[in-house]
Order: sequence, then structure tokens, then C-alpha cells
Amino acid sequence: MIEAIGLSKRYGDTVAVDDLSFTVPPGQVTGFLGPNGSGKSTTMRMILGLDAPTSGSVTVGGRPYTRYRRPLLEVGALLEAKAVHGGRSARDHLRCLALSNGIGKARVEQVLDQVGLRSVADKRAGGFSLGMGQRLGIAAALLGDPPVLMFDEPVNGLDPEGVLWIRTLLKALAAEGRTVFLSSHLMTEMALTADRLVVIGRGQLLAQTTVEDFVGSGSGSFVRVRSNERDALARLLEAQGATIVTEGPDALKVTGASGDAVGELARVNQLGLQELSTHQVSLEERYMELTSDSVDYRTAGGPLAPAPN
Amino acid sequence: MLATATPHSLASGAAGRGPFAGFGDLLASEFFKLRSVRSTLWTLLGAVAANVVLAALAALFLVSRLSSQELASADHIRLSLVGLHLSQIAIGVLGVLAITSEYSTGMIRATLAAVPRRRMMLAAKTLAFAATALVVGSVACFAAYFAFQAFLPSGLLKSSLGDPGVARAVAGGGVYLAVLGLLGLGLGAILRSSAGAIAALFGLLFVPVILLSMLPHSWQTSVGPYLPMNAGDAMYSLHRETSGLSPAGGLGVLSLYAAIALTIGFTLMKHRDA
Repeated sequence: MIEAIGLSKRYGDTVAVDDLSFTVPPGQVTGFLGPNGSGKSTTMRMILGLDAPTSGSVTVGGRPYTRYRRPLLEVGALLEAKAVHGGRSARDHLRCLALSNGIGKARVEQVLDQVGLRSVADKRAGGFSLGMGQRLGIAAALLGDPPVLMFDEPVNGLDPEGVLWIRTLLKALAAEGRTVFLSSHLMTEMALTADRLVVIGRGQLLAQTTVEDFVGSGSGSFVRVRSNERDALARLLEAQGATIVTEGPDALKVTGASGDAVGELARVNQLGLQELSTHQVSLEERYMELTSDSVDYRTAGGPLAPAPN
Repeated sequence: MLATATPHSLASGAAGRGPFAGFGDLLASEFFKLRSVRSTLWTLLGAVAANVVLAALAALFLVSRLSSQELASADHIRLSLVGLHLSQIAIGVLGVLAITSEYSTGMIRATLAAVPRRRMMLAAKTLAFAATALVVGSVACFAAYFAFQAFLPSGLLKSSLGDPGVARAVAGGGVYLAVLGLLGLGLGAILRSSAGAIAALFGLLFVPVILLSMLPHSWQTSVGPYLPMNAGDAMYSLHRETSGLSPAGGLGVLSLYAAIALTIGFTLMKHRDA
């Protein structure tokens, strides 16, 4: 469980994180979404006590992170960039961290196996590919077998096999009852992996909800229905409070009613249907809609620039 | 090769979990950090080799060219430790890198996430480095002394460790290297940049001596002894110079420089964002 209350971070006049309050519950994968520069990494650094908040507080398992004597047993974190001395082997890197928290050698071997780095464990980490570096970072996060895990952009640089592996791993960790907090700018990946979302823009909370509710609450979701008795159906739907737009001789675009409700209404009133389909906006569209005001860098006159990361 | 998550019970936790992680764990981690990077080994070997080789060369080629007058006034311990000019660079750089390499590689974020008690971490790092530098520095200086004695032309400048002041001066060389390295570590903790801290360390060592040589002689005798380099010289000289500090005084002054740098480094370490 991660709990942020009124968390703020100011660098001079720049507000990186602005009065942010959210909760990351155990047993689920919670995605952390926001455009570049929206304060995701700053927030994660504050959770780990690497940066001090200007005001507000954040606790992990009910305590500020810096109070833990052996924090690797409480929180495992994969940080955005490689946090590894390139001259050290993968095994030695993990040993350095393990020793500082009183974690034994055997556990280092276990996590090396778990992330599939055993065969290169004695190679210098400086020669690792981005994907191997990410695996090493994940091994470090798993070292203390912690109940809370945080991953900043974990699928960066991974091949499709690696992406699938991460997705499976994160879900398995959450299924074991752990708190999993994951930032990513890859919307499709987030849609596949996360159960809940914390969405921020310009350092402020935009939404905190389940992925389903987040997508469903968008303005673009609608139901398309085609019927030979279009007008009768339209009157019935309007009486139920739905909004109707006619589309051609027999089609209606319905908002404000679910596909199930439209189908049931037609059945009860014995109206034949030629098509009944639900059109939901993707997570990406919903996200763009919500954050369109809070993107710092966009290309002039064109569509949103792809987020480089 | 792709393993899926092996479920661990949240209650039982990681294998090999001790009851408590204390300062000993931090110390073990910092010693391991020094040991597990190959450059540490090369740097330390380089320091010892520089001391021994230069001592042997001085004994073989320099001593025979000295006049009898020069021989009479020569401080043969300072001659044996001529390699300190090189080995101090090696140990000083190692002290700087002990902390700045964590910043330049990003390792510092993993380190501080694992040990949020930052000053405890820095204390463990300081202690691990100091012990390593003291042991290697002492080995380098005693090895240099014996090499110098072994290669001396017959009958000239011979001494033994039992002679008055000899063991103290040779050991002083080892302590000098360790304290200089600690000054480097302190500057590294303040500046967090390898290049910046190395420049600051050797700037502090050499620049004041050069500046002072341009000032009136009275300054050189009053301020001169308190410069880091001259205070260090006093630590490993057999004979005290007329205006120089005593060996203990030299140690005190150089340690003060290191203590000031470390104190500022410790204070900043607690308050700065990583």
C-alpha cells in the first residue's frame, strides 16, 4: 500500500508535483500515467525518499520509506535509468545491495534465475543491452522479496518476449497480494497489464480509477444500432434518457445507454435489430482527451508528438 | 531461460534474512563495492608499484650522484618515499571515485534506496575506504623503504627500522596517503562529479604551494607549513624542517582539511535530492 497525501515538489518557480494525493492498493497492478515531464519520476523518487517533498507526505506500508532500516524488504524499485556501476558484474551489483540489507547470497542466485540472467551473471553490467539492464534492475527490485514493488518504464528496451515476461511477472506479483505500481508511456501495454490507474498531468491528479471506468467515462464511447424500425427505437431510447444521433436510413448512434440496455429494450418491444455494437474509445484516446491540456511539449499544428522516452 | 515469478510467501520473506541490518552490513556492502570493481585493484597495485619502483630507481641512480655534503643533509626517508608523488594521485583519485562513481553511473539511486540513512551509508563508505587506503598505503611505504635500502650503493644512507624516527616517518607516509584519500572522498561527496573533485583535490594540493612561492619569504615560513602538501611532507620526513610542523602537527593539519571536507559532504548528503 502506497499512500500520498498532498504531495508537492517545487524546483524554484517550477512546480513538478502539485498537491498530489492517491492510494496504490495491494493485490492489483496500478498504472501511473502522464505525459513526459508530468511528474511521474519525481513522484516515484519522493516515494523512495530520494527527493524530499516540498510539502505533503507519502508513506509505504504506513511509514515513510526513510524510516525503514532494511527498506529492500519493504519496497523493491526499478528506477528509470540504469542505476548500476558499469564496471561491476551483475552478481556483484546485486551482492552490494543485498549486503547492505542483510540479505543472503542464496537470494541473489534466486533472483538471477528468476530474471534469466544467470548465464551472464559474471559479465560486467556496463556491457549489458538495455533489455538485460532492465532485467538486472528488476532482479534488484525483487531482492528483498518485498510486498510493494515500483517499476518506472519497465518494458523500455525489451523485445516482445521480454515484454510478455514482464507483463506475466507483474500480474503474478499482484496476484500474490503485492502492491505493484507501474509507470509507462506505452498505452497498449498499460491497458493489458494494469487493473487501476493513477493519471497525472502537470503534476496534478487527473484521475484515479479502474482501467474499465477510466475508458468507459470517456466522451467517445457509444452504441451503434441498426433497425428497420429506427424511429420507434429512437423514441423508446430517448424516453430512457439516451442521446440519439441518426446515421443513415436505419442506423442510430446511441450515447448514454449500454449495448445490453439497447438490446433488452428492443426485445421487450419486439423490434428487430440488424446490428448492435458497442464502440469504446481506447485507453490511448481517453488518455489523450484527458491530458490534452497538460502536455508541455507538442508539435506545432500537427498531431501530438510521439512520446520519446 | 524465461522464468516466471516463483511465488514467495509474503510473510516468510527472502531467504537468508537476518534479524536486523546494522552498521556492520553497511560496512560489508561498502567493502564489497570497493573490492568488486576492477579499477580499485589496478589503482592500488599502481600505487604500490610506483612507490617501490621509484624508491629502487632513486637508490640506484640518484644516491650515487649526490655529493658528500648533500648526502650529509639528505632526508633518506623522503628519498625512499619519492614515489609518493605518484601514489598520492592514485589514492587521491580512488578516494574521489569511491563516492563520485556512484553519481556518474546512477548507482547512487540504488544505494540510497537500499540505505535511506544516508549519513550511515557515507560513514560506512568512509570507514571502508580509510581502512583500505591505510593498509595499502602502509604496505606501499614500507615496501618502498625496503626496496630503497636493498638497492643502495654500499655504505651510503643505510638505516634500519629500529633507528630513531625511521619507522614513524615510513608509517607517516602510509597515513598521509589515507588522509589525502579521505580529503578526496570529502570533496567527492561535496561536488558529486569525478572531474570536479579530482581537480579540486590536486588544485588544493599544488596551487597554494605555487602561489605562496610568489609571496614574501615571511609568508612562506608563517603560512607555508599549514598548506596541505607541506603538512603532509612533515608527516613522512625524518628530520623536521626549521619552519615546518612536527609529524603530529602535520597529521593534525592535514586531517583538519579532510575533516572539514567530510563534514560539509555529510551535511549536504543528508539534505540534497539524490
